[in-house]
Amino acid sequence: MFGDYSLGDLGSIFVMQGFAGLILFSVYVLMALGLAIIFGQMGVINMAHGEFMILGAYVTWMTSNLFQTYMPSLFGGYFFLAMILAFLASGALGMLVEWVLIRHLYKRPLDTLLATWGLSLMLQQAYRSVFGAREVGVELPQWMLGSLHVTDSIEVPINGVFVMCLTVLITISVAYVMYKSRWGRQVRAVVQNRIMAGAVGINTEKVDRYTYGLGCGIAGVAGSAFTMIGSTGPTSGQLYIVDTFLVVVFGGAASLLGTIASAFSISQTQSTLEFFMSGSMAKVLTLLAVVGILMLRPQGLFALKVRK
Amino acid sequence: MTDNRFFNRSELIGILVLAVFLVVVLPLTLDVFRLNLVAKYLTYAFVALGLVICWGYGGILSLGQGVFFGLGGYCMAMFLKLEASSVENTKIQSTPGIPDFMDWNQITALPFFWKPFNSLTFTIAAIILVPGIFALIIGTAMFKRRVGGTYFAIITQAVAAILTILIVGQQGYTGGINGMTDLRTLKGWDIRPDHAKIVLYFFEVGCLFVCIMIAQFVRHSKLGRILVAMREKEDRVRFSGYSVANFKIFAFCIAAVFAAIGGAMFALNVGFMSPSFVGIVPSIEMVIYTAVGGRLSILGAIYGTLLVNFAKTSLSETFPELWLFGLGGLFIAVVLAFPNGLAGIWGDYVQPRIDRLIASRKSKPDGWTDSSVADGAPAE
Repeated sequence: MFGDYSLGDLGSIFVMQGFAGLILFSVYVLMALGLAIIFGQMGVINMAHGEFMILGAYVTWMTSNLFQTYMPSLFGGYFFLAMILAFLASGALGMLVEWVLIRHLYKRPLDTLLATWGLSLMLQQAYRSVFGAREVGVELPQWMLGSLHVTDSIEVPINGVFVMCLTVLITISVAYVMYKSRWGRQVRAVVQNRIMAGAVGINTEKVDRYTYGLGCGIAGVAGSAFTMIGSTGPTSGQLYIVDTFLVVVFGGAASLLGTIASAFSISQTQSTLEFFMSGSMAKVLTLLAVVGILMLRPQGLFALKVRK
Repeated sequence: MTDNRFFNRSELIGILVLAVFLVVVLPLTLDVFRLNLVAKYLTYAFVALGLVICWGYGGILSLGQGVFFGLGGYCMAMFLKLEASSVENTKIQSTPGIPDFMDWNQITALPFFWKPFNSLTFTIAAIILVPGIFALIIGTAMFKRRVGGTYFAIITQAVAAILTILIVGQQGYTGGINGMTDLRTLKGWDIRPDHAKIVLYFFEVGCLFVCIMIAQFVRHSKLGRILVAMREKEDRVRFSGYSVANFKIFAFCIAAVFAAIGGAMFALNVGFMSPSFVGIVPSIEMVIYTAVGGRLSILGAIYGTLLVNFAKTSLSETFPELWLFGLGGLFIAVVLAFPNGLAGIWGDYVQPRIDRLIASRKSKPDGWTDSSVADGAPAE
């Protein structure tokens, strides 16, 4: 398997594949962060998570078109506005969905799975009717094109670096919100003991709605970042949903650190394997390894020790 | 009613009505093309039936039933494909005597795991055993470690994803995304003409009723009651000294075997097998058949499957855009408004009225018989 490459080549391959893995890692982390909040904290299986992500991607696409037509001079900075809009759009839709659908189902987690799957089918068809079945891609601003030459044989694309910085930033802010802010404390209190949280004066319904909205909003930002590295179609979200659930479960559902660690190991394994065999076999081997480890250690990598 | 019988009186009537509907009404009223469509729908009914036991009674939601449907279907398809690829049929290939897709992928000899599928006996055994053992392994690994509920659903889903990617990726061994097409004969008997389709339809209905009887037996035996108890309060069953894991494994395996039989029937009736019946999307769609029919009702699962598929065919023929909205809405409506599906509606609204009707008629002297019950049964 390594026979034809010299040691220096192999080093470069690992660095470049590692970097490709880091971009995949960014997408996984951004999607899994929202899901870790919704699934890990609230226990809702949100099969429509991919569709919330795609909503963010479409919002970004529309914003970029808008800037291109009306404000070409500001095009370089459209992405930052698009990201905020994507967060608001997905978050608002998420809160609406929570109010209409999810809040009736907190006691039946398996049924949230079916209901949100139905929702995801409807959203997919809605995207197809509104935006067309063909995939759309955004035009990147000038400063994001090209790549950085690190050494002679190692190049890294700028948009990838940008997406990664963005991921780090969002992860830190989510961690801050969940673990340091007053609101995050309320969320964790509701998750740990809903009745007691209500008894000490936390409006649990409101916390639920905003938590779900936050999770979906982060998915929207993930979609926004996703447009930097791939094109968007009505069913693109579905491709990532199983992987994302595996990332969250593998990491230990309620642990933010675990989510990041598992996203890192899964994406790195996959992209390194991809160089040596076909993409599909790399994916099969990665998923098999994850399922195998989950069978041995069902609670995931980093499990919270709680009394049930 | 005594406990150790297969069914009580109203269930017996229900089964008879279904039998009349499938064996007499449908073959007499539909042409061969439509009847073959019904045969295709009924292959999913096997899966739905398995899910009633596994999900409805056992409370184990598996989102990977497509895996077992696919395994059964592929076992059958491999046998049929080998028979269709005899040396004289494939003499234009560079290697005659192997399936055409292998030839296209530069494979020159039959892979070792294909060889046993020359034998029909082995194939039939494999249809039952391969998915059964696979389910046994997954079930043992998960349930012995007390993984259940949502985690189990997600992991079965991942298994479905893995198998699909594997089948699509290993084109030379599995036929890839196109699947195994051009299946012709079963032991020299052509499965493609109209009269063969009709024979296969009746054979399938026969198998379906065998499975219904097994499901009825499970439901009315002590086993069925332990499953329900486990679903409601797992810890209490465990503390009463039952091995919860073993019962769950059993329910999961029986659902897997039913799904595999359905898959094998699919390969026979429809004449091909492809990975698009293995993955996550079909697996979840199969769950909705059960949910629409009523997750607790054995007969409801069959009506639910037929109804959803009829709706799918007619809606996607006329309004292709509306179908996904309809299916999505169905998921949400069933979960929010009718958690017990058609059977729940039947049991809550229709059955009591019929009972009252019979009761009032019986009190009259002119003596109407029970035939009115059969007429009003859920024959959608």
